[in-house]
Amino acid sequence: MSEMTNNNRRNSVVYPTLEPTKPAMEKNQLGMICFISSEAIFFLLLILAFVYYRNDVAPVNSPDWPTAKNSLNAPLTAFFTVFLFSSSLTIWFAERAIHAGKKLTACIWLIVTVTFGSIFIIGQGIEYADLLGEKNVTISRNLFGSTFFTMTGFHGLHVFLGLVAISIIGFMILTGAIKGKNSAALNTISVYWHFVDAVWAVIFTLVYLPLLFS
Amino acid sequence: MSEARLPLVPQKTEALPRLGSKSGFISWVASTDHKQIGIMYLLSAAVFFVIGGLEAALMRAQLGTARSTFLSPDAYNQIFTMHGTTMVFLVVVPLMIGFGVYFVPLQIGARDLAFPRLNLLGFWVLVFGGVLLYFSFVAGGAPNAGWFSYAPLSEHAYSSGVGLDYWALGLLAAGIGTVIGGINFIVTVLTMRAPGMKLTQVPMFVWTSFINSFLIILALPALNAALVMLLADRLLNAHFFTPDSGGSAVLWQQYFWTFGHPEVYIMILPAWGMLAEVIPVFSRKPLFGYQFFAASSVAIAFLSFAVYAHHMFAVGLGPAFDAFFGASTELIAIPTGVKIFNWIATMWGGKIRYTTSMLFAISFIVLFTIGGVSGVSFAIFPTDWQTEDSYYVVAHMHYVLFGGTLFGVLAATYYWFPKMTGRMLSEKWGKWNFWMTMIGFNMTFMIQHFLGLAGMPRRVYTYNDNPGWTLMNLISSVGVIFLGIATLMFFWNVWISWRKGELAPDNPWDAWTLEWATSSPPPIHNFDQLPPIRSRRPLWDLAHPEDADYLHKNPENQRSAEPPRKPEGRTADHA
Repeated sequence: MSEMTNNNRRNSVVYPTLEPTKPAMEKNQLGMICFISSEAIFFLLLILAFVYYRNDVAPVNSPDWPTAKNSLNAPLTAFFTVFLFSSSLTIWFAERAIHAGKKLTACIWLIVTVTFGSIFIIGQGIEYADLLGEKNVTISRNLFGSTFFTMTGFHGLHVFLGLVAISIIGFMILTGAIKGKNSAALNTISVYWHFVDAVWAVIFTLVYLPLLFS
Repeated sequence: MSEARLPLVPQKTEALPRLGSKSGFISWVASTDHKQIGIMYLLSAAVFFVIGGLEAALMRAQLGTARSTFLSPDAYNQIFTMHGTTMVFLVVVPLMIGFGVYFVPLQIGARDLAFPRLNLLGFWVLVFGGVLLYFSFVAGGAPNAGWFSYAPLSEHAYSSGVGLDYWALGLLAAGIGTVIGGINFIVTVLTMRAPGMKLTQVPMFVWTSFINSFLIILALPALNAALVMLLADRLLNAHFFTPDSGGSAVLWQQYFWTFGHPEVYIMILPAWGMLAEVIPVFSRKPLFGYQFFAASSVAIAFLSFAVYAHHMFAVGLGPAFDAFFGASTELIAIPTGVKIFNWIATMWGGKIRYTTSMLFAISFIVLFTIGGVSGVSFAIFPTDWQTEDSYYVVAHMHYVLFGGTLFGVLAATYYWFPKMTGRMLSEKWGKWNFWMTMIGFNMTFMIQHFLGLAGMPRRVYTYNDNPGWTLMNLISSVGVIFLGIATLMFFWNVWISWRKGELAPDNPWDAWTLEWATSSPPPIHNFDQLPPIRSRRPLWDLAHPEDADYLHKNPENQRSAEPPRKPEGRTADHA
């Protein structure tokens, strides 16, 4: 072993430094992209379960067997969906405003975003209340209930967490905790928010759109 | 300072606690230093390894003789379930992540991982999952439906205890913790590399951890989704996997193995990387076929998502389905085989040093190849139908996970322990440790191939004394005694070497990657200064400026013979 020891003791030599490599991407945004890729698989499987069980057949003698067709109010959800999709646009306006150095404008757009997102959540609440109360469609009722509530419930949870995060960031901009023209926090949460929208686009297309055109 | 002036996100003002310094117990809970968290991962994996190992010992004690009544059937079911779950989620995965957390930043010359606090969160969420899983023992009975908890056995109607709820919740937490680790690795490798270091120059362990992280972030959510549905079934009476109310038990299998097969590679990829660090250093040659090694790892990552249903040949999914997954499984053996040749070609013509680390690495190649060959035999699905759910499968997976992953981890431990602690592991104890592990492992598991071919089913608490079964089971159980002694030797070696082992120099093995360019153990900031990185072996270039790797177009071919040895006692003359 003797010939292996002591061959690289740090010494007073100063090594030449090389050009720093430019990172491929800002790290917070890259982290968020990794996170949403992971989330995409999660939602993919929840959505696949819905698709897999879409043709669940009613047992004999069960006339009020809930299905997407006889339980969901597609036009109402479409109305609330418009707000969620618009909020993707408004958060982009907020990003543009902050890049232009207009903090107050950015905050206003964030408030609009949170409001739109909240309207969507309220819409989902109305839909759930209708299903659970009036129509007695629950997660344990049948496969439609199981798949529908799991899928939309997890999406709603993601919207809610996004609203909390956007509110915090808006508050931080307002109080001056976020300075400068480039907020990694806002850019990152914006990536997340677009993802939440995209997931809803898929769910809406699979669940509600066929009802609108049938 | 008034309340309102406090920043929303607390900023760290004091220096991070240094490993080994008297910074108190709190540093073992709250330090965000990747080196300390890495060691915390390894220690928690060691604790769970002892628990999982004791569970295995209990199983082999029960199976030592025919019609034994040592364990009740119910206890046996709980123990084999916990053994599998523990070893997969709480031992092997934390070991892979733990070494990565410690060495990926060092190997790329970074100060820390990209998200140090997220790193700490991931660790504790994973540990929380483990605690949740084991809490089931006191909460009313451990899970007992096997590590893959097939529906509908795992459903409320057939397992009404709380064990499976804890199983699902514990795995959900462990899975989230693992995903956090995976995200951190990807971002670290892409954004934190030292100046000048290209992605094609990072050490192979970094490459495999990097690729592994993509598998983690894309495979674990499949498990999480399945677990969420199982929990909805169990706790909210949903119907996902209950055939009697329209659900599909096969869907659980599809989902579970969509996660489960990439998971198999999650458990081996970093171990391959460890071998690609250890073998070149102890063969005194650069890794042969670096590009091939990296590319074959990428190929495996892609293919691993397309082979999962080879776990389901016995379900009866139809000939087209079986043919596709049989073919894809045979296909994935090709990039795996490429790695075997990478290692052998690296050793070929090298000046091999038979350290304990190298012995584990060489036996890895042999044992993993045995496990690989039995693995390919399952791709031929008529063979699979015969051997499915027999001890042949048990033997196969232990050859790849124990003879593969764990041997790789032991090789890495003997290799990196000096860097982590500043002390050498005792080679004398190491050699004993190696031979006892080797004998014990082969004694326990080689015979199980034949037991399986003789028809002994797995996951059954006892058996009739069919011809030869008792003898073969007894041999297998006696092997566990050797493995137990080997484990004790290993922990004794770690303890005694950590307390009073030979002091380790910065670069005890004369290795070439960046983690050896700093002190042992590294200071809190990792590097005082980094050597210039112009090739894959910066420390070689530093020591041999006249024969540096970056002067050669293809250094790995250049160095087919033994490289020139450095003169004795050489220190600072390479400036």
